[in-house]
Amino acid sequence: MADLEKIMKEENIVYKKTKVLTDNVMHYCPGCSHGVVHKLIAEVIEELGIQDKTIGISPVGCSVFAYNYIDIDWQEAAHGRAPANATATKRLMPDKFVFSYQGDGDLASIGAAETLHACNRGENITMIFINNAMYGMTGGQMAPTTLVGMKTSTTPYGRNIDLNGYPMKMTEIVASLPGTCYVTRQSVHDAASVKRCKKAIKKGFENQAKKIGTSFIEITSTCNSGWKMPPVEANKWMEKHMFAYYPQGDLKDAERDNPDDYIKYIK
Amino acid sequence: MGELKLMKGNEVIAEAAIRCGCDGYFGYPITPQSEVMETLMARKPWETTGMVVLQAESEVASINMVYGGASCGKKVMTTSSSPGISLMQEGITYIAGAELPCLIMNCVRGGPGLGTIQPAQSDYFQACKGGGHGDYHLIVLAPSSVQEMNDFVNLGFELAFKYRNPAMILSDGAIGQMMEKVELADYKPRWTDEEIEKISGDWATTGKKANRKQHIITSLELDSEIMEKLNHKLQAKYKKMEEEEVRYEEIQCDDAEYIFVAYGSSARICQKSIQIAREKGIKVGLLRPITLYPFPTKPIQKLAEKVKGMLSVEMSAGQMVEDVRLAVNGKIPVEHFGRLGGIIPSPIEVVEALEQKIIGGK
Amino acid sequence: MAKIKGAVKVDIEKCKGCGLCVEACPTKTLDLSKEVNSKGYNYAYMADPDSCIGCANCALVCPDSVITVYKTKI
Ligand code: SF4
Ligand code: SF4
Ligand code: SF4
Repeated sequence: MADLEKIMKEENIVYKKTKVLTDNVMHYCPGCSHGVVHKLIAEVIEELGIQDKTIGISPVGCSVFAYNYIDIDWQEAAHGRAPANATATKRLMPDKFVFSYQGDGDLASIGAAETLHACNRGENITMIFINNAMYGMTGGQMAPTTLVGMKTSTTPYGRNIDLNGYPMKMTEIVASLPGTCYVTRQSVHDAASVKRCKKAIKKGFENQAKKIGTSFIEITSTCNSGWKMPPVEANKWMEKHMFAYYPQGDLKDAERDNPDDYIKYIK
Repeated sequence: MGELKLMKGNEVIAEAAIRCGCDGYFGYPITPQSEVMETLMARKPWETTGMVVLQAESEVASINMVYGGASCGKKVMTTSSSPGISLMQEGITYIAGAELPCLIMNCVRGGPGLGTIQPAQSDYFQACKGGGHGDYHLIVLAPSSVQEMNDFVNLGFELAFKYRNPAMILSDGAIGQMMEKVELADYKPRWTDEEIEKISGDWATTGKKANRKQHIITSLELDSEIMEKLNHKLQAKYKKMEEEEVRYEEIQCDDAEYIFVAYGSSARICQKSIQIAREKGIKVGLLRPITLYPFPTKPIQKLAEKVKGMLSVEMSAGQMVEDVRLAVNGKIPVEHFGRLGGIIPSPIEVVEALEQKIIGGK
Repeated sequence: MAKIKGAVKVDIEKCKGCGLCVEACPTKTLDLSKEVNSKGYNYAYMADPDSCIGCANCALVCPDSVITVYKTKI
């Protein structure tokens, strides 16, 4: 124990909660990926020194209260419309850092149009996409990203393609749009993936300063409440099943397409 | 005297926006108001004043872009026509709930549904009684000339910022498409960051400085006790508007025995109808509400004490007439006359309606 | 010979007992306590303090950011 006292001194701290996170207790279920991603965004904001220049747009869904946890200015958007808020905010204040934070119901279902068009215009924003294959807040209904066979409260016998269509790979769709510069799929289920994800988020923010297009970061996540699994088991289930359908890693790391390449068609 | 120009109502909205220092316009094409965005795109204000103009992917996106821009303390606006305004209602109630200033112009066309592209006044209920969900009001201005289209852009922004509330210009296809001589306002520069800090510095999302708390723009509150308080705060604001912001015009009301109540295009028709009626010996005047919300209830009450009847003339099946009746409260007969489906009533039709429904109906 | 030694401090009241840190720890330092905090969660604690190497894996995966990590040479 004497040892512990020697170790646990201020000067020996190698990791602590960033000050950009508030002291509020998060309302998320134990083990929910949202908390980890919030932390990473906050750490990136701290490291880049942009707390006074960052505006977050929160969605409707479990992360509607994201503004209670990251100590920056926030707008709480209408369901699915965060990219529209972000578009105007960034265009009117081009020197600020603007990011949207949305779940799969918000971004891929009701807000699919806003998502695609913001990416297609190449808005200089960072879009954070939490894909846990389910509507968490409303109690575990099917999302566009729900895997086939996955049981949810609106697919009690498992998602069926004839009835419900195919699980939507939003990130692949977005990667095919010329306005995006950086599109990646990450996760936060273990220490290594957390570190990788943080790098990705940081890159997404740095791209804003370079004004090279939209950065889109999917974080394949768990919703242990909706999935009805303990957090550790949910992570394992995600690795086994979600990663197979939603492969991890960068899909695109470039700049938005060169506008000059497009003018030739009417020349 | 400002610069005089012959312009279309819709074009003037664009011109006035640039001149009043508007920061951003977000819109989607729809007849009969597409000239607003077309004029802006041709004028390229981003090269002169720095105003942002963006064609969004839908009306839903436009209004939420307005929501985002308004959250930053910027002077932002959108315009559309009836079906598009219906799509915007969700965004509008969020903006009202979050208490943000912005300007929306509805160039009304006949409905319901896709309806017609001809002028109508059938969106009165939608504009004045909410439109979206929840207890809220817009400030609603009803121009009846191209000059007023011009003037109400600046006035709309002023009122919107004074009350932190969305303002709507309720125009119609006739006013939007009509060409008239208009005296344009002088150019006002857009607000600087410092000015925005002064005007909206205690709420706008401009980036959290070290010396202040977070600014959070939201309409969400799960605690019912607090939500009720927020609602009371909104209601107090509306009450203040009702006391201080009522605008209207009275034409030949002094000796009138009968009154037309009409706004926008209908008010123009009624002015002609007054002439015709007076030639026939019928003493009729016009009360023209300029603010539809807050509604000129008191002036109508006053007139009801001295006239024999009122005819609410609207290009609708009878919407504003409900507010006229509420104001008159049974004292004198109040009837409605209007044409539907995009038809503008003729001045003679209006006089005949007065004779049949009010004078003959006694 | 100098040895790397680590330790963690868990903000017990804010811990939600999700167990992700326990799973992430390479040295099996952590476990969930039999005791609960005032919210009823079995909070995480150093069950084997000697084994901690201060790698911060636990803190990285903690969704509620309640772990502070210390590391030093002894
Ligand atoms: S319902 Fe799912 S997504 Fe929502 S907080 Fe709980 S675990 Fe997280
Ligand atoms: S990961 Fe965090 S919240 Fe979960 S048990 Fe460990 S310390 Fe507690
Ligand atoms: S710092 Fe590393 S070794 Fe120590 S408890 Fe955390 S994960 Fe285990």
